[in-house]
Amino acid sequence: MTSSALAFPASGAGTWRQHPLVVRYAPIVTIVLALITIWYVAAVLMNLALVRGGFEREETPYTVSELIAGTMSAERPLLPAPHQVIAAFTDSVFGYVPTAPRSLVYHSMVTLSATLLGFALGAVLGIVLALMIVHSRVLEKSLLPWIICSQMVPILALAPIFVVVLGVMGLQGLLPKSIISAYLCFFPITIGMVKGFTAPDPMQLDLMRTWSATPRQVLAKLRWPSAVPYLFASLKVAITISLIGAIVAELPTGAEAGIGARLLAGSYYGQTIQIWSALLASAILASGLIGLVDLAERLVGLRMGARP
Amino acid sequence: MPKLLKPSDPGVTLRPDRREPFVARSEPARMNKTAKSDSLPQRLAVDVRDVSLTFETSDGKVDALSNVSLQIAEGEFVSFIGPSGCGKTTMLRVIADLQQPSVGTLLVNGVSAEQARLERRYGYVFQAPALFPWRTIEKNLKLPLEIMGFPDSEQAQRAARYLALVNLTGFERKYPWQLSGGMQQRVSIARALSFDPALLLMDEPFGALDEIVRDHLNEQLLQLWGKTGKTVLFVTHSIPEAVFLSTKIVVMSPRPGRIIDVIDCNFPRDRALEIRETPEFLKIAQRIRVGLRAGHSYDE
Repeated sequence: MTSSALAFPASGAGTWRQHPLVVRYAPIVTIVLALITIWYVAAVLMNLALVRGGFEREETPYTVSELIAGTMSAERPLLPAPHQVIAAFTDSVFGYVPTAPRSLVYHSMVTLSATLLGFALGAVLGIVLALMIVHSRVLEKSLLPWIICSQMVPILALAPIFVVVLGVMGLQGLLPKSIISAYLCFFPITIGMVKGFTAPDPMQLDLMRTWSATPRQVLAKLRWPSAVPYLFASLKVAITISLIGAIVAELPTGAEAGIGARLLAGSYYGQTIQIWSALLASAILASGLIGLVDLAERLVGLRMGARP
Repeated sequence: MPKLLKPSDPGVTLRPDRREPFVARSEPARMNKTAKSDSLPQRLAVDVRDVSLTFETSDGKVDALSNVSLQIAEGEFVSFIGPSGCGKTTMLRVIADLQQPSVGTLLVNGVSAEQARLERRYGYVFQAPALFPWRTIEKNLKLPLEIMGFPDSEQAQRAARYLALVNLTGFERKYPWQLSGGMQQRVSIARALSFDPALLLMDEPFGALDEIVRDHLNEQLLQLWGKTGKTVLFVTHSIPEAVFLSTKIVVMSPRPGRIIDVIDCNFPRDRALEIRETPEFLKIAQRIRVGLRAGHSYDE
């Protein structure tokens, strides 16, 4: 942050550079502008052949500026320009009532509910598994290899199997998606919480023993609080994974709604702009969810006397 | 009672030049409780008979304790001194039932070490304060009380009383990181005393503190001992600390861990730091050194 201030030693005219807003946001804005520029250049280059082909097919003469303008306004470009994505995004977010099937808000909510349910299931499963592993060496040896194996099979291969099996059992809609999402996201929580539950200092464990505390008391008053930092670190990983899980689960199930369904429909019909605006929606969802976990972590930290 | 530090100050630290008393001075130290009982047969707080403890390590067996016998009467202040690896900490851990002897018998307050632990007969102070960082000072003090199921009102009452005893009233709502190392160790002593055990086991409690703070805490610990009448078992590797604090000094030697010498040390209970300059004090310190040398403690 301060590197820009260091790069330009205080010259009389440059006082705006020391303005706190500038110091804080200039690096972020610079990166964003650079990315957008790269994106535009890439859009021009990638769509060039497409647009030129279009002009030549219609045998209309064209200028360079027309050609470049065309690369940024094609209906089905290989790579849509940023403003096209933004326009499509705002249109599908604000252009319809949130319950309409063309509204991106509607699709985001469908995916979000599967994500949250999957995340909750995954968190409970992850913590329960970690507790079992920590409390029994036999369970550690018998469970851990399976837990690791479960993550080595690609979810894209597993998801249809899940959906079929659960469909036979009469489960449809939200739950199969949530289960796939939970299947993906419990893993970092288990690994993190095993580490967390074994984090207490041997001295603290000895102290509990001198007070002849029961195993349950040791868990409640020592192991749990010690594991809280590990819990939040793994929850942050898990919540993005569970979003990905929910989206992936929508792909093979032929879901009618959800961000995954939008992605699938977009790729069927070559609607690249629609794909990109769905991606933008999922990115916004993911950062919102991480932000929520972050906020929860800070609130818990305050209650637990973390250093400011 | 002068209070030089305001507890409300954020990040107050204990400065050697403005030390506040470890024990509130307003209460008189009890001096001559056991003086009269010297002649009477006393109950044994700790009775160790022929205890040995062998650790199996990757490079063979280690004799942490070898045929150790020791009787400690109630109300005594016993220091264990010796070089690293002489088994003094192991000795304390065996008494606390944190480790089990390979052979031998051990009675704490007339019952087995395990029974004594289950009945919460002792408080243990470790080298580090080992406070729980997510709990305030008051809640740290209440932790053993919560575990032992004291009623809420009594928890609060005891926390207040024992914080006052180590003169940390006003720090209830601070978190451990806001206190200096010496203050944290005082909290851990108050915590060990909070459920009123008969026995106080201290494993180099001041080992991590600088000498100035340590001298000060030594004085205050003596006052605390005088006031509470607990039996104290105190592990150290400082000769002056051992002589200054104790009624009895147990000199130990490594490989195998054994007792070389037991020295009685009968300074008056309200001794001051100045006795460290007296010939009697130096004589006992000399005898410890001789004992340590005889046990080959200074060998490489």
